[in-house]
Amino acid sequence: MTQDKASRARGDRREAGSGGTRLPYYPGCTLKTTARNLEDSALAVARALGIELVELPRWNCCGVVASLTDDDLMRHLAPLRNLIRVQEANAAGIVEDEMRLVTLCSMCFNTLKRTNARVAERPEDLEKLNDLMYKEEDYEGGVEVVHFLEILREIDPETIRRNVKRPLEGLKVAPYYGCTLLRPKEIGIDDPERPTAQDDIIRELGAEVVDNPRKTVCCGSYQTVANKDAVADLAYDILTHARAAGADVLTTFCPLCAFNLDNRQREVAARHPDFEHMPVLYLTQLMALAFGLGEEACRFDLNFVDPAGVLEASQLVKEES
Amino acid sequence: MAEKIAITSEGVALLDRITKLSGEKITMCDQCGTCTASCPMVAEMDVTPSQLMRMVQLGQNDVLDTKTMWLCASCFACTVRCPRGLDLSKVAEALRQITLRKAIDRIDVREIPEDDLDELPQIALVAALRKLTG
Amino acid sequence: MSTKTSMMERISESTRSLTTGVDTKDVEHWVTIHIMGRGYRVPADLTIMTAMEFAGYKLIRSCGCRQGFCGACATVFRRKGEYRLETALACQTRVEDGMSLVQIPFVPADAASYDVAAEEYSYTVFSKHYPEVARCVSCNTCTKACPQDLEVMDYVQAAIKGDFEALTEASFDCIQCGLCAIRCPAEIAQYHVAQLGRRMYGRYGSAEPEHLKNRVAQIEQGEFDEALDELVGATKDDLKKRYAARERESD
Repeated sequence: MTQDKASRARGDRREAGSGGTRLPYYPGCTLKTTARNLEDSALAVARALGIELVELPRWNCCGVVASLTDDDLMRHLAPLRNLIRVQEANAAGIVEDEMRLVTLCSMCFNTLKRTNARVAERPEDLEKLNDLMYKEEDYEGGVEVVHFLEILREIDPETIRRNVKRPLEGLKVAPYYGCTLLRPKEIGIDDPERPTAQDDIIRELGAEVVDNPRKTVCCGSYQTVANKDAVADLAYDILTHARAAGADVLTTFCPLCAFNLDNRQREVAARHPDFEHMPVLYLTQLMALAFGLGEEACRFDLNFVDPAGVLEASQLVKEES
Repeated sequence: MAEKIAITSEGVALLDRITKLSGEKITMCDQCGTCTASCPMVAEMDVTPSQLMRMVQLGQNDVLDTKTMWLCASCFACTVRCPRGLDLSKVAEALRQITLRKAIDRIDVREIPEDDLDELPQIALVAALRKLTG
Repeated sequence: MSTKTSMMERISESTRSLTTGVDTKDVEHWVTIHIMGRGYRVPADLTIMTAMEFAGYKLIRSCGCRQGFCGACATVFRRKGEYRLETALACQTRVEDGMSLVQIPFVPADAASYDVAAEEYSYTVFSKHYPEVARCVSCNTCTKACPQDLEVMDYVQAAIKGDFEALTEASFDCIQCGLCAIRCPAEIAQYHVAQLGRRMYGRYGSAEPEHLKNRVAQIEQGEFDEALDELVGATKDDLKKRYAARERESD
């Protein structure tokens, strides 16, 4: 915990590709079920870049979305427990002197980071929460919640380019950012109006970035449970703007965005007869494809809209020789 | 025909309560409408986000009967764009909590259609229940 | 003057408890406990269950195996001077001086109807039958309430994640007393969720015992038909003789 962020970043640049950064990793429930394509592709890509994402033992559901009232403490328990697990993982030697907690899911990232910030701001709340959780060790503070995109951003672009076995030339990609990765400003990892974190990586993969003016507009989030139609209309808006800008595929970094923009295309098509389906991939799936990591890493089988057609058209999917 | 409204002591108490529960200085809202322009769910709402703020400022109890705060997707677009630095997502949460804490849930978990439950990822169900049930 | 005393007079003069057989003449150490707010003086080395019976309660509910196995005698108690409400099984817990207690004979939690054979082996089985499990806030109140010291929160989390194996392991010793459900702020019936999970794991997850499969096949092929017919046709005397002469472990 003695390294500051900048020196850790330098360390990553040194170690990437030479095998050996072990980072505590928080999956979140959905990555173990419908979003296995995000987990499998991300873990494989991380490994190729010399990063081992080590799953936290005994993690619990973080309870998205962050609790927003001033007085609620109970709903901070679930995220807080996971921060204690990082302490435990360090103490048990599962990771060494590593207080960063990496998430793949943007909503989990937001929820965990907000609780971490809340208890840092209000030590008296932390005291109460620690006291309530008398079966756990106290949370001492000191965990840094990061999203995998931040880790990728700190890696030397040359390292990423070196791993590209199959440049995605000709593929037009519209990166979609959504909300919880960027907002509020104290939590977000990038400019909430003009984010570029995904853009840079997409270029390093050899693909073309298409700017989608709806890239930071919410997909509708949990309204997908009680207001499917509203979500379908938002998805229609986001996807047709991407297509109008020339995109072949959309990339995302959140399982709920993926569900709303991918699976809900069925509802979109039902409401809008003129709608053309568009594949929605996790950025790490695209990276796994470009890195040549094979089908088990890409996991396109779990995507609702099959990207095969688009990828074949761009001559990116070839039989493994 | 303009409707006359009264600012009562109950109304002031309501404003106070929501101010405390949200932690936001609601009286600072100058009704610029940026939040409304940013909101992805505004098309479904009966009152706009800035109208919601106004109703709270004026202590109008029927703000609790609007659909607006239940349609909020907690996307925080309003939060980052408010020129006064107000966090409207917290105001929406406070308004929801006033009803939820009376043990009045917005959605009944047992009434979600089975077909939906078969395909919804956990993240959707967990988030919806966090925001729409007490 | 009549030398006959009535039954009630004899009972009231006796020092021997009708239900527990404890003779108060023999008791050295006494404690005071409060059962549903009313104080009773009971021998110090009794369990909560036998202490209640000593005090005159006839237990027709909240009483079962008396061995810590059936989950009937769920008890909520508080120690003298403490503020915390704790839980226990009445048959397994000794009384303490100043203990204040009540029993929860039954928890009317809803048990879903399902056909395990018709369900998909995925987390969605919980979404469909117990969707409220997604309301879990990981507060750990259920774990604190469990008289069997199970990690209840962990097995609920396993359900949310769709990890049937972890759920089965963590919930295996659950005796379904219901104390977790009573205290849960998200109104989850943890033990029913676990029951569904274990049933699913039993059917889809765990290995099928070979010896059971083989034995069932043998039975279906009629290998035991003759022996069974013999027993069914035997006389009562014959059965008694066979029973007395059966092969068994030594006394």
